[in-house]
Amino acid sequence: MTALAARRRHPLATALLVMIGLIVTGVLYAAATPGRASAAPSAVNDVEAGKQLFLANCATCHGTNAEGRRNAPSLVGVGAAAVDFQVGTGRMPMAATGPQAPKVNQVLYTPEEIKQMAAYVASLGPGPAIPSAEDVDPAKGDVAEGGLIFRTNCAMCHNIAGKGGALTRGKYAPSLAGVTPEHIYEALVTGPQSMPVFTDQTITPANKRDIIAYLKSVEEAPAPGGLSLGSLGPVTEGLVGWLVGLGLLIGCAVWLGAKSS
Amino acid sequence: MSESSNLPEVSGGSSSGTVAVPDRFEDPGLPQHRNRVTDVDAQAARRAERQVAALFGLSAVGTLLALVAYFALPYDTSLGYIDYLGRVQLSNLLVGLGLFIALFGIGAGAVHWVKTLMPDDEQIQERHALRGSDEDRDIAVAIFKESAEETGVGRRPLIRNSLIGAMALAPLPAVVLLRDLGPLPGSKLSETIWKRGTALVRDPEGGKIKASDLVEGSVVHVLPEGIEETEHPLNEKAKAPVLLIRLAPGLLDETSRAGAYQGIVAYSKICTHMGCPVALYEQQTHHLLCPCHQSTFDLTQHCKVIFGPARRPLPQLPITVDDEGYLVAQDRFHEAVGPSFWERG
Repeated sequence: MTALAARRRHPLATALLVMIGLIVTGVLYAAATPGRASAAPSAVNDVEAGKQLFLANCATCHGTNAEGRRNAPSLVGVGAAAVDFQVGTGRMPMAATGPQAPKVNQVLYTPEEIKQMAAYVASLGPGPAIPSAEDVDPAKGDVAEGGLIFRTNCAMCHNIAGKGGALTRGKYAPSLAGVTPEHIYEALVTGPQSMPVFTDQTITPANKRDIIAYLKSVEEAPAPGGLSLGSLGPVTEGLVGWLVGLGLLIGCAVWLGAKSS
Repeated sequence: MSESSNLPEVSGGSSSGTVAVPDRFEDPGLPQHRNRVTDVDAQAARRAERQVAALFGLSAVGTLLALVAYFALPYDTSLGYIDYLGRVQLSNLLVGLGLFIALFGIGAGAVHWVKTLMPDDEQIQERHALRGSDEDRDIAVAIFKESAEETGVGRRPLIRNSLIGAMALAPLPAVVLLRDLGPLPGSKLSETIWKRGTALVRDPEGGKIKASDLVEGSVVHVLPEGIEETEHPLNEKAKAPVLLIRLAPGLLDETSRAGAYQGIVAYSKICTHMGCPVALYEQQTHHLLCPCHQSTFDLTQHCKVIFGPARRPLPQLPITVDDEGYLVAQDRFHEAVGPSFWERG
């Protein structure tokens, strides 16, 4: 004790004290925060558990009854598919307000929790459900037909090879490479953010599966010409042509014109 | 070779700071010839010689490499995916690389040879005045005068005038032929096959559309029914595509609402600027964006141009439903679709 008392004027003592204080506060806060902690998987009804998760994580923006607020749409009738897509790709909860809710690689919730939230939102009003594994199986789709539909309906925003593209004022159509078939299907039926909705009547479920088959086939297809330059078309190809190709030619011209030492 | 020897001499060099300006600048002549290392150092010359020979030798190796790669390697041996290179075929890669080395080696060797070993003495070729001598000019004028005298143009006005008349008429067939290059477009640019009662079908799958098929935020790409049975389906497809969009009816202005059905509107997909398909629909802002030049149209204001080079709104196709509940055209387009043309009324 005396040793401790003797060191209380040590230059590092204040820093140590602040550090201990911060850690204690953090631990207490984590323990007291609702949401994650209250969402332990259990036999409780999914809807009830989902409601608790919703109140803790979503209600700030979407309202306690999911009725929507300024800048946050009502979630009544968006269906389980919308929740599975938005939360499952990390787009929701949105990290910051901005023109676009970007895909986040680190998803905050377990599949179980997402299922519970989806069940709660689906209980608010009828909406698109999460597709079955068969609905989205690329092996069962027609690649050629999918390509035809993709080029008419999707390619103008998402690029012919699904590499994404720019929209107005900071918004963009994301790349579709690496997106799971379920999420592609859910995006089609729910129309997240700037994307229009493609109902089962406007693009049949079978045709949606064709689109998924096309996208997966494009993703796996080799680039026979070597470097694909992002499959972005003439813009990147022209840029490389101008910078690298003309750069080399200019370099040669400068060498030709320079007097030897 | 001292550095200062290439500089012009400083005149005067007086410490007072004034420099005497000559009445007339004299031709400073060529800078002094600077010898290259290879000119003064025999060892460097031999090194350059070896370098040139090495480049030519490298070229020969490249040629052999291309030949060996072409004949010895199966064309479909894949190296798999290589970062920054994509999927690479070994045979392709080596043939290309070999040809590059072969050609570039010859070129680089030749340039190196010229620059280091061939003479680089400055040669002077004086320009001469462009004006001919007075004597030559007099002779030329005399020839012209003599020729004019011999033809007798001045004395025989009949010949002169008939020649001028013939030459004035000669280009007329060209004007007539050029004018008649193919039939004029007539009303083709102003009209599409849409008319009252034409059903809207989905592009590319086909099939009529019910109003209930669309929810708010839905988009359907649409062609007129029967477009494949027309004489020139591709020509018709260049004009007739339509974008069908449903939004909350309250968002539409009065003009758009007249041609809408329960918040479903149909607009021409052909940009009024250069004819690209305007199909990027942002369902939250209700803007249509053209991918070519970023012209942006606002659906809630009858597709008014709110950004970009387009000068006219997209024409609206007025729609309604038929007895069976399928969406059909209420009427044809009230104006020509697509970009401007001379006779556009």
